Amino acid sequence: MDQFLHRFHYAFFVHGMEAAIMAGALCGLVGVFITLRGMSYIGHGLSHSIFGGFAAATAAGINVVLGAGVWGLFSALAITSVTRRSRIGADAAIGVITTASFALGVAILKVHGASGPSFDAALFGSILGVSTGDLLLLLVALLLSITLFTVLYRRFLFATFDPEVADVSGVDVKKMDALLMAILSLAILSTLTIIGVTLVAATLVIPAVVARMLTNSFSRMLWISTILGALCGGVGMYLSYDINIPSGTTIVLVNASVFVAVLAVTGGRALRRTAGMDDHHAEPYVSVPA
Amino acid sequence: MSRPLIDLNHVSFGYGGAPVLKDIDLTVNAAQFTGIVGPSGSGKTSLLKVLLGTVTPHHGQVVRREGIAVSYVPQLETVNWDFPVTVSECVLMSRASRRLMPWATREEKSDVAAVLDRLGISDLADRHIRALSGGQQQRMFIARALVRKPELLLMDEPTSGVDVGTRHEVLHLLDDLNREGLAIVLTTHDLNGMASHLPHLVALQQRIIASGPPRDVIVPNVLEQVFGARLEVLQHLGMPVVVDAHSLGVA
Repeated sequence: MDQFLHRFHYAFFVHGMEAAIMAGALCGLVGVFITLRGMSYIGHGLSHSIFGGFAAATAAGINVVLGAGVWGLFSALAITSVTRRSRIGADAAIGVITTASFALGVAILKVHGASGPSFDAALFGSILGVSTGDLLLLLVALLLSITLFTVLYRRFLFATFDPEVADVSGVDVKKMDALLMAILSLAILSTLTIIGVTLVAATLVIPAVVARMLTNSFSRMLWISTILGALCGGVGMYLSYDINIPSGTTIVLVNASVFVAVLAVTGGRALRRTAGMDDHHAEPYVSVPA
Repeated sequence: MSRPLIDLNHVSFGYGGAPVLKDIDLTVNAAQFTGIVGPSGSGKTSLLKVLLGTVTPHHGQVVRREGIAVSYVPQLETVNWDFPVTVSECVLMSRASRRLMPWATREEKSDVAAVLDRLGISDLADRHIRALSGGQQQRMFIARALVRKPELLLMDEPTSGVDVGTRHEVLHLLDDLNREGLAIVLTTHDLNGMASHLPHLVALQQRIIASGPPRDVIVPNVLEQVFGARLEVLQHLGMPVVVDAHSLGVA
């Protein structure tokens, strides 16, 4: 028991746990909307794209959050522009722009010699170096997401389930889409150092998919996915300390283990409920990201 | 006579350079029940979108009566039936809410219960949408539309892909709603199963080829212009029945 509690005497570990739990909850919550809209690939792409901004901001010595946020915005706009002006589909545009942005980020960091913990942390997450600023950013992102999804619950639900009818029923679907993209960007940005850009998509997708396997109710799915994300974040971070593996990796592995366990218990019947969560929209929901 | 709900004057519309609707004149009055008939690509769905106001015509004028409440029911095939919502959640989502809390008020719950009861699906309120029959799914969407208390209901192919029993069920339900004063405009390519049972038809092939009661619209020369094929029309119990001329050996 002492061994279990001992690590909580270290401030870095406590910060890491707090950050992992908040990051897991945030990704679990946002992930419900992302997966149900078939936007998983956009989440994956945007996280890689934001890495380019992270690298450029680090090299230029400017605020990383600001730099990566602006970079993410331009990437999203570029995806929309390429998709609309050419015959390239949204999936291909995301693939080209975000991987190019990611590669550029790697090149910038290598040229400027900015490797080491920050580089690895951005890629795979780290228990070390979670600052008070990181925690505050996560807290703000989590509280903002909860507030927006609560206040605009019915509109987000309608725009997610049936955007065409929502649009003619008084819901400003474009505004809802833009708001969701802003929340997604903020979620990726704030979890960057905990989970890492290469793995954040998994924490967006897995808790939501598991929650879908467990319930047929949208409101219950939100609760289950958020709580499951937080639990997996906490357990993953705890294991990261124990086995000295990047926190993003352990968090994703814990998520994946839960998925396998739920699949084993519920069988293929529950998995069939997730049909439709892999439909990529022809048009990306990235027209007006914040 | 009261003002029309929607009036289209010389409306033309298209996507890119390709025209889809040309010079459409159409008036939708209160308590009217109209079917827009035509094959795929004839502009039926585009005409619905013009009536809904989700697209802007390139030419012509759309006049809507001020404050008109319009509801829309999409095709069943376009819906993700694996989405995690129950029947009551689905119906409730179309009620505009300005409250800060996500849960339904007592009044909203009462309205949803009343409309589900009116459509005979109150016992299915907590059921997942996937667990409904085709007719029940259509009733649920009509309930979602009615909970907004519309004056005009627009429906895109309400009987597409459903069996004969469900088609009859939907037709009777729509007829009842129309008798209660609801104006309905729907699209269909089903001449015998749907169109011939409606009081008023508009035959569309980019332009309006004919409009009026089925006996005036479901006639060989109109059908040939609309569907591009020679079709024979027989009379059965006072209703037109369309048969392919080839099957009669007439062509």
